[in-house]
Amino acid sequence: MSLAQHLPALQVVLPLISAPLAVLSRRAGLAFLIVTAAAWTAFAIAIALWLQVDLSGPVSYPIGNWEPPWGIEYRLDRLNSFMLVLVSGMAAIVLPYSRASIEREIPQESHYLFYAMLGLCLTGLLGMSITGDAFNLFVFLEISSLSTYVLIAMGRDRRALTAAYQYLIMGSIGATFIVIGIGFLYLMTGTLNLADMVDRVARIENSRPGLAALAFITVGVSLKVALAPLHQWLPNAYTYAPSSVSAFLAATATKVALYALIRFYFTVFGDAFLFEKLPLPKMMLVLSLFAMFFANFIAIFQDNLKRLFAYSSIGQIGYITLGLSFDSVDGVAASIMHLFNHGVAKGAIFLLIGAIVARLTTRQAAPPAPGFDRIAGLAKSMPWTCFGIVIGGLSLIGVPGTAGFISKWYLVLAAVDKGQWWLVGAILFSSLLAVAYVWRFVEAAYFRAPPAGREAFGEASLFLLIPAWLLVGATLWFGIDTSFTVGSAIEAAQQLVHSHQ
Amino acid sequence: MTIAELTPGLALALGSLLVPLLRGRVRSFFLIALPVLGLAHLSVLSPGEHGVVSFLGQRLVTLRVDSWSMVFSWIFMVAALISSIYSLHVRTPLQATAGMAYAGSAIGAVFAGDLMTLFLCWELTAVTSVLLVWAGSGKNAYRAGMRYLIVQIASGMLLFFGALIQLNATGSLAFGHIGLDAPGGWLIFIAFGIKCAFPLLHTWLPDAYPEASEVGAVFLSAFTTKLAVYALARGFAGTDLLIPIGVAMAVFPIFFAVIENDLRRVLAYSLNNQLGFMVVGIGIGTEMALNGTAAHAVTHILYKSLLFMSMGAVLYRVGTVKASELGGLYKSMPVTTVFCIFGAASISGLPLFCGFVSKSMIMSAAGQGGYVLAWGSLMFAAACMFHPDIRVPFSTFFAKDSGKRCEEAPINMLVAMGISAILCVGIGVAPAYLYALLPYSVAYQPYSASHVLAQMQLLVFSGLVFAVLVRNRAYLPDLRAINLDVDWLWRRLGAGFSRVALIVWRSAAASVGDVLSANFNSAASLITRHRLPDGLLIRSWPTGSMSLWVMLMLFGYLLLYYVGV
Repeated sequence: MSLAQHLPALQVVLPLISAPLAVLSRRAGLAFLIVTAAAWTAFAIAIALWLQVDLSGPVSYPIGNWEPPWGIEYRLDRLNSFMLVLVSGMAAIVLPYSRASIEREIPQESHYLFYAMLGLCLTGLLGMSITGDAFNLFVFLEISSLSTYVLIAMGRDRRALTAAYQYLIMGSIGATFIVIGIGFLYLMTGTLNLADMVDRVARIENSRPGLAALAFITVGVSLKVALAPLHQWLPNAYTYAPSSVSAFLAATATKVALYALIRFYFTVFGDAFLFEKLPLPKMMLVLSLFAMFFANFIAIFQDNLKRLFAYSSIGQIGYITLGLSFDSVDGVAASIMHLFNHGVAKGAIFLLIGAIVARLTTRQAAPPAPGFDRIAGLAKSMPWTCFGIVIGGLSLIGVPGTAGFISKWYLVLAAVDKGQWWLVGAILFSSLLAVAYVWRFVEAAYFRAPPAGREAFGEASLFLLIPAWLLVGATLWFGIDTSFTVGSAIEAAQQLVHSHQ
Repeated sequence: MTIAELTPGLALALGSLLVPLLRGRVRSFFLIALPVLGLAHLSVLSPGEHGVVSFLGQRLVTLRVDSWSMVFSWIFMVAALISSIYSLHVRTPLQATAGMAYAGSAIGAVFAGDLMTLFLCWELTAVTSVLLVWAGSGKNAYRAGMRYLIVQIASGMLLFFGALIQLNATGSLAFGHIGLDAPGGWLIFIAFGIKCAFPLLHTWLPDAYPEASEVGAVFLSAFTTKLAVYALARGFAGTDLLIPIGVAMAVFPIFFAVIENDLRRVLAYSLNNQLGFMVVGIGIGTEMALNGTAAHAVTHILYKSLLFMSMGAVLYRVGTVKASELGGLYKSMPVTTVFCIFGAASISGLPLFCGFVSKSMIMSAAGQGGYVLAWGSLMFAAACMFHPDIRVPFSTFFAKDSGKRCEEAPINMLVAMGISAILCVGIGVAPAYLYALLPYSVAYQPYSASHVLAQMQLLVFSGLVFAVLVRNRAYLPDLRAINLDVDWLWRRLGAGFSRVALIVWRSAAASVGDVLSANFNSAASLITRHRLPDGLLIRSWPTGSMSLWVMLMLFGYLLLYYVGV
């Protein structure tokens, strides 16, 4: 077999190898180079795989030549090749950014560990996306989760440790639930291969163990997704983690968990069963609306920028699950698009907030919270940073011309298609809440006078600005040229949604 | 897609982004060149639908060139040029940037051939123009701008909803005649109505315009409401309901305008009055009436911006436009005085000035159509509005000498006013050039003996009344006072509503709290407990309570699934 055929394996293996290499190197610079190279290669592979799926349909790769369903199978279709591009792309952008960003946020001696952990986290997320095996998915989930706990705990703020600990407990509960659910499925079907499971699940899904498996998986994954009311670990984790980690997690971790949810719901259990026989859609609808309004509302009253946008993430997840609850091609496509569009916009925002934090941090002290009193009048000294956050914010609101509009448009179309006009109102009204919190930033950064006594400082360094603005540019780009996002999402949704065909 | 396929608004909007990068003479040159090039661009457009793009599966027409869009885009571009010259003395780039982007989005909206593009430009005009309000110096500017923005965004939202309903019902987003019976028609009607300052929906206009900077008010007076007039004429021509609405718009601002002390607010009210004429024209819907509306929009932009420019010059030099504090300024600002009188003459419809040749078209159309009541009311409104209109130059430049002395307006302001004034007189003397632009072919002769005679009678008698009143000091004195418009009602209602809601919420929360537990804090603090950063729902939870939630969710799902199957 040529190298090209092994791309699915290399996708995961390269970042996996980079992590121990980074540890062995014990030098920040070298570790940075190794992991960054791995991330960039992974990005290139992800694009290659996406093209391959685009040209010649789904790809199946047996690990170690053990044929599925006995061996572990890596299986690529529209949906997860799209996810791979998002995850590896974010890593490729966040890693170069980290070098300048963690300078003051993480003690010098543990920099190489930071890169190793980021490499592992990337491995886990890519593995979760690519694998076609239920237990393998759990393993990769654990790899990404464990490395995430470490990454969060590396934040200099002492509360980072508590936040990481809390996330550790909650994440472990979630993972336990998932493995219990997978265990039930294995007991009932005798297979761990997701594709193989599909037909067998159809026979047992009415049984109590089948339903219990579904409940455990739903709750476990919802925890990782941070679907309200299981979101409580998220605000602290995003707030106290190092900036680049916040950005990477916000853009990828919850998104991959959502991918797992979609995979279990639509591929394994099948939407015909879930959405027509079970009260699941109503449940999802209620929880989504709760997230959209409650989290967006709370975001308005936050004083810490990172915390504000963390709550906004919880709200945005509500839109994604809302789209899923429609169980229509438009709705699921809107969700998949929003995964991507929100990831890009939120990643940009967190990277730019990191640039602000870097400016506010003095060398020895812990980074201060980017509160509204500290960022007052910031637009004068950091115009590019503030403008970038505003653009990202516009995408969160769903202003036309930004990526956020595209996914909201499809979401609205899906609601109209279902005849749910009141949901159109709910979507627009909750967007107004987003206007309110984005406006708080604009008001503080552009209209308030800088606090007396703040030292004058300039624009963020280009090492921080360029990666962040790449994402800002992507937010605008995918607001106009939608062929990649909309095209992938709609085809993926067509593969997932069966009940109407 | 060639350059000619791109909407001319885009060049202005994108060009505006370059303004902050430029300084001094280069910026001045750029600010003049941009609309001049825009005018050149307009002159090479050929009729038809251009700039068709496919976006999200919809066919969007970004450049629909026909007689309607041409007449409005011409005057918008001229207004952009005039306003931009008028703004040249300002050193900071914000206003010119916002103004250019605002003009660009208004022109983009005029060329929009579908509701999606219209919606985009609609919201863009709101966002860009609010910056001009905020550029105002008064302490109320920020709040007034905020209210303005909220109202404008709300208008856009209604338009969006209406467009969505139309898309759902017809599968098309094309922006043609809509009518009230069309799916989503009412929503779109109200969306246009808000921007057009229909009675009771008008409060944002006299609220925000007088708070804008001297340059901002000139930009604002040209685009927002006339864009709404254009949209109404496109979508709702011949809707009978528009006639009473227009009449009300023409009549009720009179009373506010007569007693108002802030002269730019007087102009805002009189702007609202003039819009009434256009709306009546749209309501009548005959070719002549629609021609009259289009013509009146053109002349109105010219003389209204001229008046706002002269008041802006006074504001710039003296620092106030309160009638009670001005007077006798003709000695200091003779040229501005002359221009202001030109503007007042035009707005009053004096023959040989542009207002006459357009307003009389609408009046004639009303007369010929048999709308006697509307015709009479408009006559009445025109006669009454004459007072506030001539009061503006009178109180400022003549009246009792306030003793204030200042310099003449800056040269760029004078040039801008001069262009407007020349156009006002030019159109008044040779209306054929204007008529050639109108949407329908015109067989109308404004300078017939009966027209001129009727209008002169009206004006002479009104003038006589004004003179007698001033002479006998019976005219309402210029008082420092604040007038309450219905926006007071809105604001009070809003505040009152939230207060009532709070009381209801508190009492509801109180009863729930009492029932649940005696340990609950007083119910009044419940809302703050939920809201403040340390509130119940926001503070970090202990890990145990989180796990509790996980268990609850699990049980919930298990139960629901078992019950559901």
